Amino acid sequence: MARAGLWAALALLSALPLAGLAGVIAPSFGYLPALGGDRLSLAPWQALWDWPGLGGAVRLSVVTGLLATAISLSLTLLIVAAWQGTRSFLWVTRALAPLLALPHAAAAFGLAFLIAPSGWIARAVSPWATGWERPPDLLILNDPWGLSLVAGLVLKEVPFLLLMTLAALPQSDSLRGQMVARALGYGRVMGWMKAVAPRVYAQIRLPVYAVLAYSMSVVDVALILGPTRPPTLAVQILDWMTHPDLQMRFQAAAGACLQLLLVLGALALWRLGEGLVARWGRGWAEGGARGVGADRLLRPLAAGGALAIGLAVGLGLAGLVLWSFAGLWRFPALLPDVWSLRNWVGQAGDLGRIGVVTAWIALGATLVALGLSIAMLQAGGGRWGMRLIYLPLIVPQIAFLPGLASLALILGIDGTTWAVMAVHLVFVLPYVLLSLADPWRAWDARAGLSAASLGARPWRVLWAVRLPMLTRALCVAFAVGFATSVAQYLPTLLIGAGRVSTVTTEAVALAASSNRRLIGVWAVVQMALPMAVFALALALPALLFRNRQGMRIG
Amino acid sequence: MRHRYLPAAFCIAFQGVVATAQTPDPSDWEAVLQEAEGQTVFWHAWGGDPRINAFIASVGEELQARYGVSLEHVRLADTSDAVTRVISERQAGRDSGGAVDAIWINGANFASMKEQGLLFGPFAESLPNWPLVDTEANPAVLIDFTLPVEGFGSPWAMFQMVFEYDSAVVTEPPRSLDALREWIAQNPGRFTYPQPPDFLGTSFLKQAMYDVLQDPSVLLEPVGEDYDAVTAPLWEFLDEITPNLWRQGRAFPANEPALAQLLADGEIDIGFAFNPGRASAAIADGELQDTVRTFVFDEGTLANSSYLSIPYNAANTAGALVLANLILDPEIQARAQDPDVLGFQTVLGMHLLDEEDRARFEALELGIATLAPDELGTGLLEPHPSWTTRIAEDWTARYGTGQ
Repeated sequence: MARAGLWAALALLSALPLAGLAGVIAPSFGYLPALGGDRLSLAPWQALWDWPGLGGAVRLSVVTGLLATAISLSLTLLIVAAWQGTRSFLWVTRALAPLLALPHAAAAFGLAFLIAPSGWIARAVSPWATGWERPPDLLILNDPWGLSLVAGLVLKEVPFLLLMTLAALPQSDSLRGQMVARALGYGRVMGWMKAVAPRVYAQIRLPVYAVLAYSMSVVDVALILGPTRPPTLAVQILDWMTHPDLQMRFQAAAGACLQLLLVLGALALWRLGEGLVARWGRGWAEGGARGVGADRLLRPLAAGGALAIGLAVGLGLAGLVLWSFAGLWRFPALLPDVWSLRNWVGQAGDLGRIGVVTAWIALGATLVALGLSIAMLQAGGGRWGMRLIYLPLIVPQIAFLPGLASLALILGIDGTTWAVMAVHLVFVLPYVLLSLADPWRAWDARAGLSAASLGARPWRVLWAVRLPMLTRALCVAFAVGFATSVAQYLPTLLIGAGRVSTVTTEAVALAASSNRRLIGVWAVVQMALPMAVFALALALPALLFRNRQGMRIG
Repeated sequence: MRHRYLPAAFCIAFQGVVATAQTPDPSDWEAVLQEAEGQTVFWHAWGGDPRINAFIASVGEELQARYGVSLEHVRLADTSDAVTRVISERQAGRDSGGAVDAIWINGANFASMKEQGLLFGPFAESLPNWPLVDTEANPAVLIDFTLPVEGFGSPWAMFQMVFEYDSAVVTEPPRSLDALREWIAQNPGRFTYPQPPDFLGTSFLKQAMYDVLQDPSVLLEPVGEDYDAVTAPLWEFLDEITPNLWRQGRAFPANEPALAQLLADGEIDIGFAFNPGRASAAIADGELQDTVRTFVFDEGTLANSSYLSIPYNAANTAGALVLANLILDPEIQARAQDPDVLGFQTVLGMHLLDEEDRARFEALELGIATLAPDELGTGLLEPHPSWTTRIAEDWTARYGTGQ
């Protein structure tokens, strides 16, 4: 019975994106009776094809997505390879992990203010070094190659992948693997890459796919840092979707389908790349090069990368915090000319009210997701069922949410906190499952076997042995779920019908204004909520396992 | 036996239909007030300006205190989000109990909703405060972008495009398009406009059209077949200035606040806005250097009105009507015109107000950077919405997709 109910719930959750997709595919072929489209036609695809920016937008989406993913993954693996097991590594992971909780939009704004021609870096060196009395006319943000966008994505995806890797490390026997490699004379980085990386990558493969799909279809970061002429495909689809001329929605639907195909294509390409790297890697590993000298170069490189990310995010956020207390602040002053509490006082009422709603929705969605994930993993999870759950990660939000919003309307549940919580669950569940599944599967079943042979029933094995042993993974999964919920913009806006506000919908509404003072205020609150939860997630296992040598990492 | 109950069930169902089909009648104001009490009105309005947000919050307090109606400001990144919302509701068959009770709207969004029958009304001219609106001096409150409003939107503020410049840097501002053209050539990188199809950016193109066309009256008609010939001088003008724009025209700010931020950061020296009082209010709030002043073109600048409209399926129509009426209240209108609050131009006629209310407006200062009404010059009529759409599309094809 319980299992039947579980599968029904999961089927429903995975059916939602599919229903939303149907609501996009039909209009892309001209079928949307409410807007007068009652005949099938290829006109929307033709219109999409005729849009002069299509080539550029597609190229941007693919290139920035692949580039951001490749850089993020390489840097993550390099950081772990170069520094795992050292004191600095502990320090770096503690410093970077909380960044995961930071909303993408806030990080992007912080970066924008740092690197803009009127930003902090330019201010720091002006006018004494550069002679700039006014900001230089340089195209740094919104550059046509999308490099700022890639940088903004890397800032956020490295901490994500790092945390995912961290959760997977205890299950891949990494320390012993590396120890053996080093005993055989391998350099630190080379040994880790050859002996540990293949095992770790197998465990973080799904998070990597999620990063790729996300990077290709992200809207908010692309709006802030990405090119504008043309923008990435996802941003252009949003433009068409919200265009006052309703006929554009057919074209938007076709664009959404194309975006989906692009993401699938890029994933296939990545998969192909995995195979090639694996083949080449086997030869590379068998070659036996010890790479001791490489450490001298790679270790500082990894440290530099981690430091750059930490500094960029840290200074960017510090900049936003300063802006939240700023009155007039002219170029090239390094600090505000006039300080003011006005920005905070004006928002105090909204901040408290909306903060509570945000936390409530995140808590509800995450707890349900955690329960469902455990039940699903415990039930053994058929491969197909598991794959369906991941749909919301791979299918771009912009592709299926409009269709989902119509569904909520038909059911009459839109605009309620419960409906928002439910739609958040669609996105929170895969992330929770994602961060829990691999540690769960990699759990040493012999512990369960021992418990069972001592007479424990399956439920007792779960409660008394498996879950406690997986506490760290559970805490990480909860924090990831919470942060995922807090960061949701499109689902909250569309299903909440504007009646349910979270700190993120408020922040993004303000983001349109480029008002750095208010963005600062909301970004601080937006990061404080999930950050607090992350701090708990990291502190709790450390506290619980202070007397358990075998449960430690690093 | 079962069929005996059918007529009764039918009657109940029928009554239900009647109840939902019955809309509040604005001419019976007492009934509207009664129905509105206790309702919560969801006003979908652009949420990008903290001053406007604070003003809307203060209107909400007034609405609660006077009429027992609550106000929720749904902060939009773009007005078309609310339009999209109403459309998806109609798609889903929700013809009552909709999420949007009131929208701050004009231009193409208004035209699109009105044409599709998505608006409640006519109601505006039945509001108790309507007689105070000066429709003679401000015919723009009856016509929105050449389309007659016909009571489907209640005008509540008037806007005219003004240019904002830093007088510490620009000593003699360019008071015509030709002068601006020359100024841009002499000061490369110091002027730009928001990227169309943004509302303000497209407005700059329309403003330029007025000045480059031999006969701008074609703009008041829908786009005709001679579109290419008519707009050729516009593209000529843009081709000429683009290399000398901010970032050599390789990037554009997203919208009005982003443009304003560039002016505040000193990245550009001349910006523009639709609210003539914006610069003064921003200076008062310490967000803009106090050397910024405003000017208009001698030939005049675009002018339009903002409306409050109610979707046909609003859940709280009565409350929305009370809100629409309250915003026309002289006290609220004077608050909006206060340069320290918003600096919006009122739609009310001073000669239609009583002594006490007139005094509220007379007590207002102009604001350090705001032009007096007689300095604002001619307000040019907004072109037909089809021009807005068409030139924004064309701009995107020419400049918005990279070359």
